[in-house]
Formats: sequence, C-alpha cells, structure tokens
Amino acid sequence: MAAGSGRGEQGRREGADAQAVGYWKANRRLQLTLLSVWAVFGFLLSILLANPLNEIVIGGFPLGFWFAQQGSIVVFVILIFIYAVTMDRVDHEYGVQEEELGAARRRLERRAQRRTTGETPLGPEEGDAR
Amino acid sequence: MTVIALTAIQTWALVFAVVSFAIYVGIAIYTRVKTTAGFYVADQNIPAVANGAAIAADWMSAASFISMAGLIAFLGFDGSIYLLGWTGGYVLLALLLAPYLRKYGKYTVPDFVGDRYSEIARLVAVVAAIFISFTYVAGQMRGVGIVFSRFLDVTLTVGVIIGMVVVFTYAVLGGMKGITWTQVTQYTILIIAYLIPAWAIAAELGDFPVPQVSFGDVADELNGLQRDFGLTEYTEAFTARPMQDVFLVTLALMAGTAGLPHVIIRFYTTKTVRAARYSAGWALLFIALLYTTAPAVAVFAKTNLIQDVANQSYAERPDWVRNWEEVGLITFNDQNDNGAVDSLGTTTATDVELQVDPDIMVLANPEIAGLPAPVIGLVAAGGLAAALSTAAGLLLVIAGAVGHDLYYRRFRPQATDRERLRAGRVGVLLAVLAAGYFGVNPPAFVGQVVAFAFGLAASSFFPVIVLGIFWRRTTAAGAVAGMVTGITLTAIYMYLTIFQDMEHWLGISPEGIGAVGMVINFAVTIAVSLFTREPSQEIQELVEEVRHPRIAPAAAAAPSE
Repeated sequence: MAAGSGRGEQGRREGADAQAVGYWKANRRLQLTLLSVWAVFGFLLSILLANPLNEIVIGGFPLGFWFAQQGSIVVFVILIFIYAVTMDRVDHEYGVQEEELGAARRRLERRAQRRTTGETPLGPEEGDAR
Repeated sequence: MTVIALTAIQTWALVFAVVSFAIYVGIAIYTRVKTTAGFYVADQNIPAVANGAAIAADWMSAASFISMAGLIAFLGFDGSIYLLGWTGGYVLLALLLAPYLRKYGKYTVPDFVGDRYSEIARLVAVVAAIFISFTYVAGQMRGVGIVFSRFLDVTLTVGVIIGMVVVFTYAVLGGMKGITWTQVTQYTILIIAYLIPAWAIAAELGDFPVPQVSFGDVADELNGLQRDFGLTEYTEAFTARPMQDVFLVTLALMAGTAGLPHVIIRFYTTKTVRAARYSAGWALLFIALLYTTAPAVAVFAKTNLIQDVANQSYAERPDWVRNWEEVGLITFNDQNDNGAVDSLGTTTATDVELQVDPDIMVLANPEIAGLPAPVIGLVAAGGLAAALSTAAGLLLVIAGAVGHDLYYRRFRPQATDRERLRAGRVGVLLAVLAAGYFGVNPPAFVGQVVAFAFGLAASSFFPVIVLGIFWRRTTAAGAVAGMVTGITLTAIYMYLTIFQDMEHWLGISPEGIGAVGMVINFAVTIAVSLFTREPSQEIQELVEEVRHPRIAPAAAAAPSE
C-alpha cells in the first residue's frame, strides 16, 4: 500500500505533498499500533489463549472468559478515544486540522453576535425553523 | 397466569409504549425536514456525543436488547462471539472508515463506492445495501411483534403494523434529522430499561450491585450448577463451537459491523471529521454500557433458570415459567415421564426436556427477580425502542438506495431537490411495507437473521471501502469482482448449510463464513486491480482528499469569492 510519492508532480505542489505523505504515514503508524493492541485483546487473549488463561481465576472470573466478555470491550473503547485524541495532535502537527472553533469560543462568539445583531446564527435548533 | 399482576404489567407496558411513541412523533414534527441534505445526513450538524448516542441506538437492535443475553446464557463462553464481534468492529470503523467517509460526506455508502470506482460498482453496492438492510430489518420488525404480543396481548401481526406506522411517521417527516434525535431518546430509554433490572438482580444474587463486578462469583456458582446438572461448565471455552469458528465468527461480526451501511451513514451526519472520530468513541462507550452488562444478565438469568427448574418437579414450576409457556416460548416435553426437568436447552435442541426460547431471558428477567410492574413495562418500552431505532436507520438506507442512488444518481440526475426528497419518502414507504411483511413472515429467529447480515456486509462492503481509501491502486474492476465473489460465495455457503443441511467445512458455521468471504474479497480485489489499469488522476486525487480532514484550500476559499 505504498503512497504514490513517485508520481510526477509539479514543483509547487511538492512541499504540500511531502506534508500529506508525512501525515498519512503518521496516521498509518498510529493505526498499526492500535490495531495490534486490538488484535491482541480481541483475538489472542480472548480466543486463542482462552483455554490456558481460563486456568487463572480472579474474583470468580476465569481470565480468558473475563477478557472475552469484559476486558476486551473496555480496551476497545479506550483505543478509539486514544486514536481520536492523538489524531487531534497529528492533524495540527501537519496542518490539516479543520477550521473548527472550540465549543467555549463558539458560545462566546454567538453571544457577542447576538448582542450586536439581535440575531442568533444558524445552529442545530435554529436550522429546524426554516 | 395471575390476572391481576398481568393487568398491571400490561397497563405499565402500554403507558410506556404510548408515551415513548408520542415523544418520537413529537420529535419528528419538531425536526421535519425540507431538504435532501436534511433528509439524508441531518444537515451534517449533529454534535459528537449526540451522534454517539444515536449510533448506539441505531446499532443496538432487538437482537442486542432482547436476544443477545439469552443467546450468551446458552452458549456460555462461546457467546463471546457477539460481545467481541459487535464491539470490536467499532475500532475498525473508527480507525479505517468513519473519518474518511465523513470527509467524503456524500449521502450513502453506494455514493462513495460509485464515485471511487464506477457506475457498475455503485449498482452492486446498491443491491448489496438493500439486501443486507432487508435481512436485518426483518429481525427488527419481528422484535417489535414479540414485545407487543407478550406485553400487550395483541397478535404479532398487529404489533408489527403498529411498529410500522410509528416508524414510518417519524422517518418520513424527519428523515435523518428526525431519526437522529429520536435515536438519542431511544438510547436513553433502552439503556435505562436494560440497566435497572440488571442492577436489581446483581444486588439480589451477588454481593455487590454492579453487575460487571458481581457476576464473577455468580458465574463460579453457575459452573457448579451446570456441572451438577450434567452440562459443561459455563465459562469453559469452545463447547458450542470449535475455536476456529469462534475466531471466524468474531472476525465476521467485527468486519460486518464496520461494513453495515446504516451504521456508516450515521458518521456522515457529524459537523467535522474530528467529530466523526469522537462520535465513534462515544458510540462504543454507550454500547459498552449494555455490552458489559449483557454477559452478567446472561449469567444471572441462567442461574435463576437452573435453580428454579432443574431436577425439580415440573408441576411446581414458578409463575414466570407458566407465563412464557402460554405464549409458547417455553415448552416441556417429559421424555422419561418422571415429571421432573432432567435437561434443558434452547428451542433448536430437540433432545432436551425443557425447551427455552433464548429471547425470553431478558424479557423475563425482571419477573424472575420479582421487580414491580412499572419496571417490566419499562423493559417492554426498551425492547420497542431498540427495535424501532434500528429499523428506522435501516429504512433510511433502503430509502437512500431507492430515492438517491437509483432514482437520482442513475435515472434522473436533473431531478430537483423537491423531487428527490419525495423520492426518498416514497423509498421509506416501500421499505416499511417490505419490512413489515418480513416481520410477520420471518425467515428465522431474530439473532440468527441478524448474524447473517454481518457476514454479507463483511464479505461485500468492508474490503472495497477499506482498500478504496488505503490503496490508491484499487481499480473499479477489482472492486466489482471482489464484491461479487465475496458476497456470492458467502451467500451460497449460508444457503447450502442452512437450507440444504450441507456439512460445515472445517467446522465453519454459516455465521463465520463471512470472514472467509471477506478474505476472498480482499484477495480478488487486489489481484484484479493489479491486472487492470491504474485509476485515473481524478480518482487518485479523490483518494488523497478523503485522507485529509481539512478541505482542499481552493474549495475552502470558494464561498468568500
């Protein structure tokens, strides 16, 4: 799955392309790490090693059973949040983050706008009234 | 059954059902839409947490709410296939699909497949989306019917029709926007309805009222009970399925989850790519609340069941057993005529004396635990919420396939927004009618039907969408060949093993074959792609664009110029 960095590009786009390739590589590296953890918990500990792990019992739970019916699920949730949070940083590092204002700042701006114009900008609720 | 107790339960079930239905329709009227963007993607204006709750409700169907704990109760350790499979898929979804499909931002899954590959690929994707959604929606309508017939004493057909009318009303009026906010409400109802009985029973059976913690000791006790009753230990692995099949079914359910069109389209509704990533996290967190409780519910229900009936005289069975016997979900067949229950199993097992439909484990739980009537009524409303929320999401996929992918993209690209909106609504109507038919005449029991939809999604959509994003070189011919071989082989194997009683190859069940179909799809797509001409510059640029969250500078600047 090599990125097509060898394609003939115009000179002016090369800087942006290198940036894009770097971003994608960083993304893929992170994904590979997280998916390895996913596979270790979801398949290795929960299924392939279930029998030997079931010999160990903690709090009534045979360990393989616990990984398969509790532990892995919790790990999956954590993995997704790690991905979302890390990608926020990666997006900024490579300058591909979306132009989105923080919730607090958006509230402030909306309030300021309401004060000056007496109108609310189109939000999720206001959109319904159209 | 005792008339007085039942009337109280029925009254409460009716109250909760009517109030929740009124809320759903109220939301639909409040959020009614006038544009196709509102109808298909809720104006891409849904906050991450709300979308997470909507995904959770969209996702957790009658199968999760009603059937899953019961299935696990009878499968023991091997029930992990559902727990792992139906949660692990979200990791794939969050990492490999959701952010990029959100960046692409079109209305349906076939939209991406069609634009990335070709018109033929779009058509194959439309057919696959309709096929998968119908397989899935049939189970939901049946779930509505089961809840109605049990709690409100109407026939299954009447129950299905009431469900159809309600879901049709809010899907037609509010489209995706109405469905989203309804699903947020439905998540709230279903999670409360699931957790209250579970916590109450945990407090009763275990030492600690948190089901996730206390079911370890109860499971230990259950192992002993099962041993004494001549069953294998509950926590012993691979008693119901061989290890390779557990592995493959889990994989098929995971990839299937990530490839299910009604889940994917929910990610189109967020404001940003960033919000799509977070909404996957919120979704799985909300789902995990139920999914970490379900195995505990399974252990509690199984323990109660064995304690109440095993080796005991059937004439002295408790009231809840009698209640479910009357609706035909528990049957007793005294094979050795000793009047006692000597063996028990699910309705699919013929050599057991007490046959129990797994669906009742959740529905009967509050009764078994002796919880008051309002709680039981709430469980009924929760079951309805779970079934309706999933049905609505699926109906929108079918409506999108008919009104957007076929009518607009294939036949009338010049259609106005108004005409397209009407086409979408007609699509919902057709979908509701078909879903109702399948609900009344279901192919198999809820959980099983749904499990097949996953195999089909895993073997068709998942590989071509992932490759379409991660491997620029994937060609249209490759994708079409991959989808067609993947889904065809999977469907044929399912058909042969289920309907023709063909022996399972290498112990692979029809639920697990989707994982094999997926691998074949990947292999065929890659092989054919390598032998066909590399995709055009435009398509490669499209791939480049979906990979990066920020819109291309030219496009971003356009509106202000």
